[in-house]
Amino acid sequence: MKFDTVIIGGGLAGMTCGIRLAQAGQRCAIVSQGQSAIHFSSGSFDLLGQLPDGEPVLDPEAGIAELAGRWPSHPYAVIGTENCARYARQVPELLREAGIRVTGQAQHNHFRITPMGKSRATWLTIDGYLTTPQIGEFPFKRVCIVNIEGFLDFYPEFIAEELRKFGIECRFGNFNHPDLELIRRNPSEMRSANIARVFDHDADLEALAAELRRLAAGCDALILPALIGINRNDSLEFLKQRVGHPIYLLPTLPPSIPGIRAQQALQHRFRALGGEYFLGDCVLSAQTEQGRVRRVFTANHGDIPFEADHFVLATGSFFSKGLVATPDRIVEPVFEADVVSRPGRAEWYTLHFFDRHEYQAFGVRTDNRLRVIRQGAPLENLYCVGAGLAGFHPVQEGCGAGVSMLSALYAAESIARASDKPVAFD
Amino acid sequence: MNIQQNSVSENNFEQCIKCTICTVYCPVAAANPDYPGPKQAGPDGERLRLKRPDFFDNALKYCMNCKRCEVACPSNVRIGDIIQAARIKYGPQHNTSLRNFVLANTDLVGSLATPFAPIVNATVKLKPVRLVMDKVMGIDHRRIFPKYAHGTFTAWYRRHAAAAQEAYPRQVAYFHGCYVNYNNPQLGKDLLKIMNALGYGVQLLDKEQCCGVALISNGLYKQARRQAETNLRSIRTSVKGRELDVITTSSTCTFTLRDEYPHLLKLENADVRDHIELATRYLYRLLQTGKGQLKFKEAAPLRVAYHTPCHMEKMGWAYYSIELLRMIPGVEVTVLDSQCCGIGGTYGFKKENYEVAQSIGAPLFRQIEDSGADIVATDCETCKWQIEMSTSKPCEHPLHILASRLA
Repeated sequence: MKFDTVIIGGGLAGMTCGIRLAQAGQRCAIVSQGQSAIHFSSGSFDLLGQLPDGEPVLDPEAGIAELAGRWPSHPYAVIGTENCARYARQVPELLREAGIRVTGQAQHNHFRITPMGKSRATWLTIDGYLTTPQIGEFPFKRVCIVNIEGFLDFYPEFIAEELRKFGIECRFGNFNHPDLELIRRNPSEMRSANIARVFDHDADLEALAAELRRLAAGCDALILPALIGINRNDSLEFLKQRVGHPIYLLPTLPPSIPGIRAQQALQHRFRALGGEYFLGDCVLSAQTEQGRVRRVFTANHGDIPFEADHFVLATGSFFSKGLVATPDRIVEPVFEADVVSRPGRAEWYTLHFFDRHEYQAFGVRTDNRLRVIRQGAPLENLYCVGAGLAGFHPVQEGCGAGVSMLSALYAAESIARASDKPVAFD
Repeated sequence: MNIQQNSVSENNFEQCIKCTICTVYCPVAAANPDYPGPKQAGPDGERLRLKRPDFFDNALKYCMNCKRCEVACPSNVRIGDIIQAARIKYGPQHNTSLRNFVLANTDLVGSLATPFAPIVNATVKLKPVRLVMDKVMGIDHRRIFPKYAHGTFTAWYRRHAAAAQEAYPRQVAYFHGCYVNYNNPQLGKDLLKIMNALGYGVQLLDKEQCCGVALISNGLYKQARRQAETNLRSIRTSVKGRELDVITTSSTCTFTLRDEYPHLLKLENADVRDHIELATRYLYRLLQTGKGQLKFKEAAPLRVAYHTPCHMEKMGWAYYSIELLRMIPGVEVTVLDSQCCGIGGTYGFKKENYEVAQSIGAPLFRQIEDSGADIVATDCETCKWQIEMSTSKPCEHPLHILASRLA
């Protein structure tokens, strides 16, 4: 099978890269081992929320400039301040063209609310989710936090505890319906996707609206877990119209409905642009000749290889097995690329879960064009993008989505320039 | 000794991190609330079953074994295999229902029906007959039964084709499956036409029996294993004795021979597995490596919508069929979203599953109707029946379309 570019990994980075290259006229394939971590999405995309030293960032663009000066091995520093700003301007359009409607600015973080009620700085948020321009500046004084009876992945009490710190009056509401009883027979399966399917039916959504209308009395607004609209686009509007009050969604624990929607939207977009998406397959080996990757072999395709001019390693970090931790070292399994890590396992982590652990910044060693380094030298046509890169702490710095998308656009630009089909990238 | 390697369980069961992504993509869980979904039925339930077999939940029978959970799983857990293996190990062992026996024994029923095909076809179409089958056997009266051919593919092959096949310089073996033999011999003839045009003669296996997929899903495991042993013997004779690769035209037969035999029936096939493949993949390789060329005739434009069957999705091979269709001059291909049509082999024939099957397939049927296609193409026979029954479009195998446009 011959392609212009083969991308290994179908998460946010892989798909962003694939979409950009397909837009540039390339014939691309994405090989993805199962669905990606986009399914755990918060409904927001972070660019930069904190510097590595813990200083909060209000203006991510300025924050990236400072980061680039002080932490030169950070992916943003490698990509470059000006490039980062330019790509950050392209991302909202790329998402919107895929049907993911987002709001936000790269010069100005806003705040999303986590399923536990905490405020987190973020860059872009999918429309409909609760955000605040500054911490604590909620668009309501009195709010009713509604849960679905028996739903395990949403915590109204914790959320209320946080909101009350800012003087918000919180009430609780609980919704139940006979159609939900069917899922409740397996209480461990009271999960977002199963519940959202119920609310895709008009009658159930109507019933929810009626209860929300009752609960809204005396409140400025309602908060609802993101359990609506898995296969329909109009669910929130439908509820807002019938209830007549503002309704804000909050993300739930995984699987996340906005994540499922985003994954499917990006996949659709990639395919609509002529991309081939190979789901449920795994790259087992690669052949390189004279410093170039020639072809990769996968579990499903056996003796028929994927051949391409360029390859992109977007296999992610530990969760997706883009990096594998053995007892004494970190391995990148597809190409056996050089890895940035530390020798002693005891130095990989601390005993506190929320600390900035060293292992989180481990990743594939690259040159300044993000080309993968193996045995000390870059492979000429293999680029690493996304969570598998070294030198950043996605959770502590609040930059996971940004690094994924910006590194993907940077690699795509390099690839498009190096191919016979150069395209303007502005 | 590598303790970590040796403590890895079958089907990667311990790799499950409970992310629930499998359940998001389960067509049955979306349509039938009686089914707890693949996470619960698979890895979660397995923990309990390992402790005490009587934790076996009869709701596992609702799994249609489409394997879409496995395709979706980010952690490479063989969820579908865990569920099917649990049914084999802990579920009811002797399936006595007449209905399941008839549905599962495609070989036996096919050989009884083909000699009287015109009568059988006319009879099972009759409303009163369908009502009786519904009431007595539990085969839903709304389900349209596939037509039987008057005379089998193998009989035709022996009488009219076998001798001529010897003349070709290169040879390949063909696992035709029950569908080609009893329902659609034309597809087998189409394959011969294409392979012959490329200079390949087509041989039958020494002895071929139904691949057994329907036996497995209907609980007739012993019979499935017996038939699988027969097939593997014949395949080995072909691959190792005669150095002939084995090609097939059904995505589900292929998947069963390659993966269900070792995973579910515990019959090792590693020595021949790579030599069993779909004809579309075999053809793609020949054409791409320049080892063959096909000449097409001028023909009217045709808009084809390709549907990816579940087991095709699992194998990841839809690409080959789609690329072959794209090679045909005048054919414009659109690829439908990969989603289950609902039939699940014999699943949708059963009265208790009819509504669920049609509800699973509904989004696909809508997309087909809106596609503007003249014809739907797919590599699975039961998908074809379901699509033809549930939409206004005809549905054919990609190789039938290809053969009909050969010069």
